[in-house]
Amino acid sequence: MVNKSNISELSIEEKDIKITIKQKEDKYVTGVPMQQTQAAPAPVAIASPAPSAAAPAAKPAAPVAADNLLTIKSPMIGTFYRRPSPDKPNFVEEGDEVKNGKVVCIIEAMKLFNEIESEISGRVVKILVEDSTPVEYDQPLFLVEPI
Amino acid sequence: MTKDSKSTFKKILIANRGEIALRVIRTCREMGIKTVAVYSTADKDSLHVKFADEAVCIGRPSSSESYLNIPHLMAAMEITNADAVHPGYGFLAENAKFAEICGEHGVKFIGPTPEQIRCMGDKITAKETMVKAGVPVVPGSGGLLGSVEEAKQIAKEIGYPVILKATAGGGGKGMRVVWEEAEIEKAYNTAKAEALASFKNDGVYMEKFVEEPRHIEIQVAGDRYGKVCHMSERDCSIQRRHQKLVEESPSPFMTDDLRQRMGDAAVKAAQAIGYESVGTIEFLVDKHRNFYFMEMNTRIQVEHCVTEEVTNFDLIKEQIKIAAGEPISGKNYYPDMHAIECRINAEDPYNDFRPSPGKITVLHQPGGHGIRIDSHVYAGYVIPPFYDSMIAKIIAVARTRKEAIDTMSRALSEYVIEGVKTTIPFHQQLMRNEDFIKGNFTTKFFDTFKIQ
Repeated sequence: MVNKSNISELSIEEKDIKITIKQKEDKYVTGVPMQQTQAAPAPVAIASPAPSAAAPAAKPAAPVAADNLLTIKSPMIGTFYRRPSPDKPNFVEEGDEVKNGKVVCIIEAMKLFNEIESEISGRVVKILVEDSTPVEYDQPLFLVEPI
Repeated sequence: MTKDSKSTFKKILIANRGEIALRVIRTCREMGIKTVAVYSTADKDSLHVKFADEAVCIGRPSSSESYLNIPHLMAAMEITNADAVHPGYGFLAENAKFAEICGEHGVKFIGPTPEQIRCMGDKITAKETMVKAGVPVVPGSGGLLGSVEEAKQIAKEIGYPVILKATAGGGGKGMRVVWEEAEIEKAYNTAKAEALASFKNDGVYMEKFVEEPRHIEIQVAGDRYGKVCHMSERDCSIQRRHQKLVEESPSPFMTDDLRQRMGDAAVKAAQAIGYESVGTIEFLVDKHRNFYFMEMNTRIQVEHCVTEEVTNFDLIKEQIKIAAGEPISGKNYYPDMHAIECRINAEDPYNDFRPSPGKITVLHQPGGHGIRIDSHVYAGYVIPPFYDSMIAKIIAVARTRKEAIDTMSRALSEYVIEGVKTTIPFHQQLMRNEDFIKGNFTTKFFDTFKIQ
């Protein structure tokens, strides 16, 4: 019932060094495109907060604020929830440590709730999406500092 | 065709990409309907994404993970609150299950009902339905072949040459022409194997192979109240490996009598299933002007623009209005002008039409009186390798066929695309080809055409 979305491949490129880590299960590829350092652009605005008339909506950019931060991206389309249910606490807060396999959020689509697990171990530096907002495939969700 | 109306959809999600996604967005904008584009990660710089009101990334580049992924599409509809979906052509446009699921989720599928898609999607059921409706069909096995022996028997009855076809097929796959009995066993086995590999269904049937046929199709439209009409023909005989390269209306082979007979048959065919939406009935026409039902396409087609230009209707608008419940007048429509469409593909005509994806470095589109271009590419655009190679449709419209050819020739000579190879040189030579100019061509034309 619960859709396990393992981020199965991690790729880090810094100048001329490239590290690629692969999990056994090969379901989704989460690359971390490391272009020039840039300010983390806001994730794509979609759905209910309708973007201004002429604004072309979609650019899932690489939100790398600093050289070493990694991004957890959405493996699916749906609504992002920070907690398992309204009366429970959030899965993670900024500053929390996460380990590989820890559930960091839920993405719901068509009444199915999918727990999204982190493939990275580190500290959550920034949560990029607000609770109960729609997210699209590959949309950056969390910035994590690896430790 | 349909009346002017006030009520329509609020937001349409276009479950497609490329030029047709842009095409649908244009009409929606004119109708005041909001649009949602969906795209794979490979298409994030695509024009349909830039021009839609909203856009949702739905998955990785491969079609199965994005444009064919029904759960992802349904999720995108859900989070954008789309109340209708336009499937374009290809992808899920003729997927009955997708149409059904949309219905279950309260999103109107802009196209026919799932039952109509199913009926015409299975080539054998479609033929049976046509026989019952009194529409002429190509003589054949009537059903799937059970064995090589049965194939030999039926071929003897019909008379060689025959063609073996995959029932779930399309695009030329799972087809084999057999000229004599000695070849039939091998052809039977390879056709079945190819069908299994391409469509997961190795059902194969047989038809008389109509030699040197013309491929002439009739555009039809039906509303949900039972009215059906036709909008005359398109001649699509210039094909390579069963893929259309050029289409035109009216057909140079057409006569008033043939058009009336084919139009009536097409309307009968659509009425037989109570067809709702726009669609096309494809016929083979032999040199005696006998015509035979080949198949029905229950979707808008690539070459719909040709009919739009000669009848002066926006077929996407009509399709949307029909889906919103508008009735059609029931009148038939006839070509007022002559239009020719050339499909420009990113392929190298000098190297067996090998696909040529890559970055378009220079682009200059032709213009002027009588030229229409439907294209999603722009200078700087990178053609991704994951999808089909068509990058533009150029349509020339004029009062006479000769002038349409002259206009097309002129426009092709202005059409500059650099960075990738395109089929523009092929079309330029075609426009100067004596047989083409005379209107003297069948589906075998390409077999003997040599590019200079």
